[in-house]
Amino acid sequence: MDGPGVGWYLIVAAILFGTGALGVMLRRSPLVVLLSLEIMLNAANLTLIAFARQHGDLAGQVFALAVMAVAAAEVAIGLGLIVAMARRRLVLDVDRASALRG
Amino acid sequence: MGNFLVWLVWFLAAGGCLATGIAVVSVTNPFYSALSLIGNLASLAVLYLLLAAEFLAAAQVLVYAGAVMVMFLFVVAYLGGRADAPWAGGPPLLRTAAVVAAAALLVEVVVVLGLAWGDSLQDPAEVSDSFGSPAEIGELFLTDHLLAFEITSIVLLVAAVGGVVLGTTPEKEETE
Repeated sequence: MDGPGVGWYLIVAAILFGTGALGVMLRRSPLVVLLSLEIMLNAANLTLIAFARQHGDLAGQVFALAVMAVAAAEVAIGLGLIVAMARRRLVLDVDRASALRG
Repeated sequence: MGNFLVWLVWFLAAGGCLATGIAVVSVTNPFYSALSLIGNLASLAVLYLLLAAEFLAAAQVLVYAGAVMVMFLFVVAYLGGRADAPWAGGPPLLRTAAVVAAAALLVEVVVVLGLAWGDSLQDPAEVSDSFGSPAEIGELFLTDHLLAFEITSIVLLVAAVGGVVLGTTPEKEETE
């Protein structure tokens, strides 16, 4: 394998995951929270693909493809929820959407 | 020479990936956040190519940068100014805790990587040219991972039905 070893890809994935986690925990706009979630999922995908290359095993890539499908489903539902919130004239702020807190 | 080029491409893709990732989280306007995420996904596709995952790189661009992001941009456009929540919030204690938790995750992974750097992360396996091609991945999906394939289709079906149910206006609201 020419160029950088797998470890370098894993470091990029770790930084990306940290960035995404920070976005999910800090931001209040539900849209940006969803976007940050996408970053986290993609960081996990990068790790899966890096290890698939390291071990020469395609199962990692197959799993990454399944993660992609689940991420697409999650976005469809998440955006549907946000649009439903907007229709009911609720404030689009995850800190104030606390009716299910119990 | 070829080696240098690979490093250069890796450096550009990784740098673009991290820069756009930070932009997604830090920009105030959700529209620019979504645009940065497209850049992020595109640079990730380049990294996938360097890791011999051609099919996944193509799927990444088609599914994410294409379909998913178009959906995002439509919703951002539909919501307009209402999508702009305050940047961050909550008690300062919670915010500090969030930063500490994210930093802890990062440090943890980097330490584990540092410990494994010398032995298990060296000497990647030799792979054939067809590694990561659509044909090989398709064959795996239809043989070893058939159950995962079928369950994925059910997940997508449920998500599609759920999206329709969430998007349908209840009758009493139609009069407004």
